[in-house]
This record gives sequence, C-alpha cells and structure tokens, in this order.
Amino acid sequence: MTTATEHHDSHEDTHEGHGLTDAGYIKIALFLAAITAVEVVFSYTQDSLGAAFLPGLLILMAVKFFMVLLYFMHLKFDSKLFSLMFYIGMTLAIGCYLVFLTTLHFFES
Amino acid sequence: MADTAVHSDAHIEHAGHHTSTGLSNNKLAMWMFLGSECLLFGGLISTYMLYRGRHSANLGPDQVWDIPFTSSSSFVLLMSSLTMVLAVSSANRDDDRNTKVWLSVTALLGALFVAGQVYEFTSFYREGLGFTTSLFSSSFYTLTGFHGVHVSVGIIMLMSLVGMISKNKVVGDKKEVVELFGLYWHFVDVVWILIFTLVYLIPA
Repeated sequence: MTTATEHHDSHEDTHEGHGLTDAGYIKIALFLAAITAVEVVFSYTQDSLGAAFLPGLLILMAVKFFMVLLYFMHLKFDSKLFSLMFYIGMTLAIGCYLVFLTTLHFFES
Repeated sequence: MADTAVHSDAHIEHAGHHTSTGLSNNKLAMWMFLGSECLLFGGLISTYMLYRGRHSANLGPDQVWDIPFTSSSSFVLLMSSLTMVLAVSSANRDDDRNTKVWLSVTALLGALFVAGQVYEFTSFYREGLGFTTSLFSSSFYTLTGFHGVHVSVGIIMLMSLVGMISKNKVVGDKKEVVELFGLYWHFVDVVWILIFTLVYLIPA
C-alpha cells in the first residue's frame, strides 16, 4: 500500500511537472501581450528606428512564436518526437518557400 | 499487493499509450498534421509577400490597414490561447466544470476575433478593396480568410467538446482530447502571430 501511495505521489509530481502552473501561464500570456504592444510601437516609430526596425520586429515575432510553441503547446516538456514532427514540417515550409521567393526575385526588390 | 496491482493497471490505463513509441498516436498524428499545416500557411504567406506591392496607388496596405483595430484583435486571440491552456490545465486536474468554462471562454474570444475579421473585411470592401481588385487584395483575402476559417472550425470543435463533456460522451482519454483541441487552437494563434507581423506591421 505504501508503494502504491509513493507511486501515486510520484505520478502527481510528474503530472504537475508536465507544463507550468496556471500562474505561470498567465505570466507568459502577459509577457506575450507586452511584446505585441512593443511590436505595435515599433510599427509607429519605424522612421526613428531605421535599420533596426525590420530585424527587431522579426525577432519579437520569433520570440512570441516560440514561446507559444514551447510553453502553451508544451513542446518544452513533451517528447522530442513531437517537436521533430512539427519542426520537420516547419523547416520544409521555410526552405521550400525561401527557394520559391528567391526564384521569383523577391529579395532583390 | 492487490491494491498495488489494481493501481498499476489504472496507471497504465490512464497513460493510454500502448504504442511502439510509448507515446500517444493521436498526439503524434496531431503534431504531424500541424507540421503539414506549416506548408499550407507558408505558401499563402509567401504568395502574399510576393504580391503585397501589386495594387493601385490608393488601395494599398498603407491606405486600408487599421493597426489599432487589428492589434486589439491580435490581443483577443492571444488571450484565447491563455484560456485554452487553462482549460487543458483544468482537464488535467479532472475539473470538468472549469474545463467547460475555459473552453467556452476560448470559443467566445475566438468568435470575437472572427467578428472583428468580418468587420475588417466589410470595411475594406466598402473602401473598394474587393477580392479581385488587385493581386494584393486576392492574396490578402485568401491568406486571412483561410486563417479565419481555421478559427471558425476551432470554435465549432470547442463548442462540440463542451457539449460532449457535459453529456459525458467523450471517447477515450478526456485529458488527451482536450489537449489535442488545445494544440490545434494554439497553432491557429501561432499562425496569427506570423500574419500580424508580416502582413500588418511590416510596410509593403
């Protein structure tokens, strides 16, 4: 019986460890909202930001993208096989469409 | 000893992963589906990027975009991701009541986002930007329209899930079903994160 209780406790720990607590998710969401606000400020101040505008905006976008993926979608805590399935599709899409855009001289304009 | 054996069986049943990988096939399939969706939205985003400058002088992105409005819509969708993750968290605690509440709030926020998109499309159309007005408008409506359809399908799925939980008709592991719905919903949010920056915030 003791073994069963210990097992149950350990299972609960694992369950709790599968992701963040509710407060943790709220913090992440507030951080994402703050990044969105910064992005909007960026779009209104692009003239003063100059060359930093585009890379800055893309970095903020990437931070939001991966935070949702890693924390809200649990990729950080789940099996690496799930990550692999998604990243294969994502890499294929990025590679395929970079070639597509390059072929059509998108980056020259 | 008997208690332990019963508990062990229950644990295996709870995990529900009698597969060669030891992982849920349903979850693996959902991640593969989401990976394939990257190709769909990658194509639509690339096409928009290519054609965003192909418009008449007075009906381009700079003339029609309403950034404060779209930012509010983005905030609504972002918050729906939070409510979705809270639904998954409640499901993991076997708290059916809160699971249903958070799923319903998520569907409501999703509906608010879609309503915003309908309003945006209507106002663009009234300004003269139809689907076939220019290559820019065609690629814009196709991209954001496809995303809107994904959100709408998600809302239907969420409301169906709420109904199924209420009537206790969820087939299989309820926690996993809620999590799978959550993955789809978060993906829709992730795609909007890309669209919001690449389409609305970066000037043509």
